[in-house]
Amino acid sequence: MTLYFLIAAIAIMFTMALALCRALLGPSVFDRILAVNMFGTKAVLLVAIFAFFSGRHDLLDIALLYSLLNFVGVIAALRLVERGKFFANNKGHSVKMEDE
Amino acid sequence: MSLLVNLVLLFFLLVMALAVLKTKHLFAMAMLFGLYSLLVAGLFVVLDAPDVAFTEAAVGTGISTVLMLVTLASIRDGHEATTHGKYRVAPLVICIFMGGLLIFGTHDIAELGDANSAPNREVAARYIEKGQSETGVPNLVTAVLASYRGFDTLGEVTVVLTAGIGVLLLLGKRKKIHVKTSGGGNGK
Repeated sequence: MTLYFLIAAIAIMFTMALALCRALLGPSVFDRILAVNMFGTKAVLLVAIFAFFSGRHDLLDIALLYSLLNFVGVIAALRLVERGKFFANNKGHSVKMEDE
Repeated sequence: MSLLVNLVLLFFLLVMALAVLKTKHLFAMAMLFGLYSLLVAGLFVVLDAPDVAFTEAAVGTGISTVLMLVTLASIRDGHEATTHGKYRVAPLVICIFMGGLLIFGTHDIAELGDANSAPNREVAARYIEKGQSETGVPNLVTAVLASYRGFDTLGEVTVVLTAGIGVLLLLGKRKKIHVKTSGGGNGK
């Protein structure tokens, strides 16, 4: 059973690494937001797997909290992008926000 | 498995910290900070400290990310950090010195999960045995937080209060002051 947990954890961490690459490279701001959201989801899964692995099922509460906060963070980021048109300077800068 | 998860999470942390240093977009920086605290909270879970993980997740990932984004939304210009490409020596020396001191301090800390260390052997036992009679507080956690570590908690509360006041001052809308004058006076 431990082997299954280990395989699942490694797979999730690999996905986390991919999402991290996208968050760092991501040319547009939406790539970054999506990558952050995905990273948060994988963190939730990782905590859940660790909870079952270590036999402490109360850690699942933390996983739930993570998913909730992840949602709030993404909503806040999207609100900023939406309102950025009015708040940032006039070049539409914060909507595109390409990496140089 | 716990070691593997620890190593991978620490590696992610390192990458994230370097990326925060390197990136120039404040928006990306705020998002990366959110990820950073999420990772730290994950590390706390692996280290078997779920309460700290709760706090870190709520404060680091939740509130501070939202606050940073709100700040970014409020500033008109400057969504990009500017650096002048010059490295200053004094902050670097101070940082290395402080880091060295912290690393030096870790030599005195007991090993993780060491059952024979002083905190696990004596301190907890004393709290459990004498906590009630010494402090008179029925709840043991409250006794430790409010009585044994009272000054610690007082300092934390002061920090939180100051931070809250600062945020409120920054975010609060400056209302125009209307002075209504009735009668014949020419008020402003």
